[in-house]
Amino acid sequence: MKKIWRALTAATAAVAFTLCGTTLWGTAIAQQPLRIGFVYVGPVGDGGWTFAHDIGRKAMEAKLKGKVQTTYVESVPEGADAERVVRDLAAKGHQIVFTTSFGYMDQTLKAAKSFPKNFFYHATGFKSSSNVFIYNCRMYEPAYLAGIVAGHMSKRGTLGFVASFPIPEVVRNINAYTLGARSVNPKITTKVVWVSSWYDPAKERQAAETLIGQGADVLLQNTDSSAVLQTAQDKGVYAFGWDSDMTAYAPKAHLGSAIEVWGPYYTLVAESYLAGKPFKENIWWGMKEGMNDFVGLNPIVPPAALKQVAAKKAEIVAGKFHPFSGPIKGNDGTTRVPAGKTLSDKEIDSVNWYVEGVEGKVPGK
Amino acid sequence: MDRFDPLIASGIAAAIPLVFAALGELVAERAGVLNLGVEGMMLVGALAAFATVAVGGGVTLALGAAMLAGIAAAAAFAVLTLTLQANQVAAGLALTILGTGVSAFLGRGYVGFRAPATFEDLPVPALSGLPVIGPLFSLNVLGYAAIAMLALTAWFLFHTRAGLALRAVGESPAVAHALGLRVTRIRYAAVLFGGAMAGVAGCYYAVAQFKMWQEGLTAGNGWIALALVVFAAWRPWRTALGALLFGGVTGLGLYLQAAGVHVSPFVLGSLPYLATIVALVAVSASPQLLRRHAPAALGKPYFEGD
Repeated sequence: MKKIWRALTAATAAVAFTLCGTTLWGTAIAQQPLRIGFVYVGPVGDGGWTFAHDIGRKAMEAKLKGKVQTTYVESVPEGADAERVVRDLAAKGHQIVFTTSFGYMDQTLKAAKSFPKNFFYHATGFKSSSNVFIYNCRMYEPAYLAGIVAGHMSKRGTLGFVASFPIPEVVRNINAYTLGARSVNPKITTKVVWVSSWYDPAKERQAAETLIGQGADVLLQNTDSSAVLQTAQDKGVYAFGWDSDMTAYAPKAHLGSAIEVWGPYYTLVAESYLAGKPFKENIWWGMKEGMNDFVGLNPIVPPAALKQVAAKKAEIVAGKFHPFSGPIKGNDGTTRVPAGKTLSDKEIDSVNWYVEGVEGKVPGK
Repeated sequence: MDRFDPLIASGIAAAIPLVFAALGELVAERAGVLNLGVEGMMLVGALAAFATVAVGGGVTLALGAAMLAGIAAAAAFAVLTLTLQANQVAAGLALTILGTGVSAFLGRGYVGFRAPATFEDLPVPALSGLPVIGPLFSLNVLGYAAIAMLALTAWFLFHTRAGLALRAVGESPAVAHALGLRVTRIRYAAVLFGGAMAGVAGCYYAVAQFKMWQEGLTAGNGWIALALVVFAAWRPWRTALGALLFGGVTGLGLYLQAAGVHVSPFVLGSLPYLATIVALVAVSASPQLLRRHAPAALGKPYFEGD
């Protein structure tokens, strides 16, 4: 028995030494190409949010070939475990770490405190520090354009929205979608179902089925997979892609995709670091900066809708149109934005009410 | 009334896999084996089924693959607990953890794809148009099979000699052994049957209901199936009742939201689990009921000797 223990101890020690060695060696070579880590909330194959980030990562790698080396960790749950992953990446010599989900906010900040020389960039959050910066995308712009198309395509005048968590980012997309649709048909209403998850295709499908069962015939989702779109195709109604171009998942049901384009931003951050001037801004970019787009429009979308979408897109890019310009009524009948006014970025980022046409109330209000 | 039809349809759709998984577990428990690995067996079954349709194998082959995968997982459990006499609770939990992990790992390449084939709905003419009970007559082949399985299991357990032998093994393996019954062999058969049924349930999720694969696709329904067996007091037809109840509650949360009822989505989302707890507490309120119906040797290893 004793012999076995001794052998076990020896083996454990040997393994530990090897591991130490690998880590040290890892740090030694890390001085060459700039190492950049990515923390993903879903699998890269989700076809949506994480997939879009991974396209951005690959675009950066292609642009800065040989100068950067990237690592990604996928399907990292939001919460305590995320901190371990962020720390691990930083400890392994990743000078820059992108944490790509809202729920990594506090974990990124905590981990960043222990690595003051590293830089961390957190997507969609609202807390920054001396080495944590935020980046976000104005997805309400393509959501508004999707709404225009929905307004033209809906026969029953009821839209459906599969939502994740009742945070301003999601609430404003519901609002923008509804505003866009009502700019075409002022009688349209939107039903909302919350699934309490960013990535749960099974639940997203059930939510979509429920919405379709209650009469919704054009769906949009603020979740990360293509499940809603696929359900729409099964049931013979329409839906949009979100985060990535989802045409291929359901070519019949897919009317268009509201997408993020992260590549240029990732490249900029890496280039700045390589140039010795680390990027230290919190950014919230949109169509104007090329961070999002509305693509893959289905040939069945009528020309009138295409024309209207193209016109609004040009106006948004030129800064002449803002989806949240007044007059906007809340669904409780009060005037939320008077004519001539536009919601400020701060107001957009704290919106907790629905516009007229959305059914129900924001949960928790 | 047609406003409620989607709710009833989704309740029935959610109940079907629960019926399969619960029936399988019920038979295993009637033979005295507590297998907590239902969730794990369902997941490997679901992945096997999805992988089969993904490579163009068709739904029948997918069903077969799911059952085989479930049986293989159950066989591992059976060897541990019946041959090697390991603790059933620990081995069952290990099976769930293993099944969850293995399916997540092997299934990475299948995430994000749509199942190219599915079980088509086969509505019964005339009957499927009826209000309220209409959805019961527009199921897919697995749905009708679930109803048949209920009848078959009830008939087998209570109206055949083999069923009597199986129950005897679950009540008192020593007496059964003395009567000349092959306790271990019967228990093996019961556990493997449970694995096959869990596989069917997994196949239903992956190919019929969600038509896709994702990590943890079965979302804890294996545990609900386990609770259903207790809720049903180990009687087959009652599992159908419980499954409909839980299936209905699952759809209810989303239905109420879309209908504009203002309740926190977090509360609505936890309804099935809350319902499980409430139902188990309600059933346990009468201890005699459980004691009278629970197989007396449930969870106890039996060493047959030679």
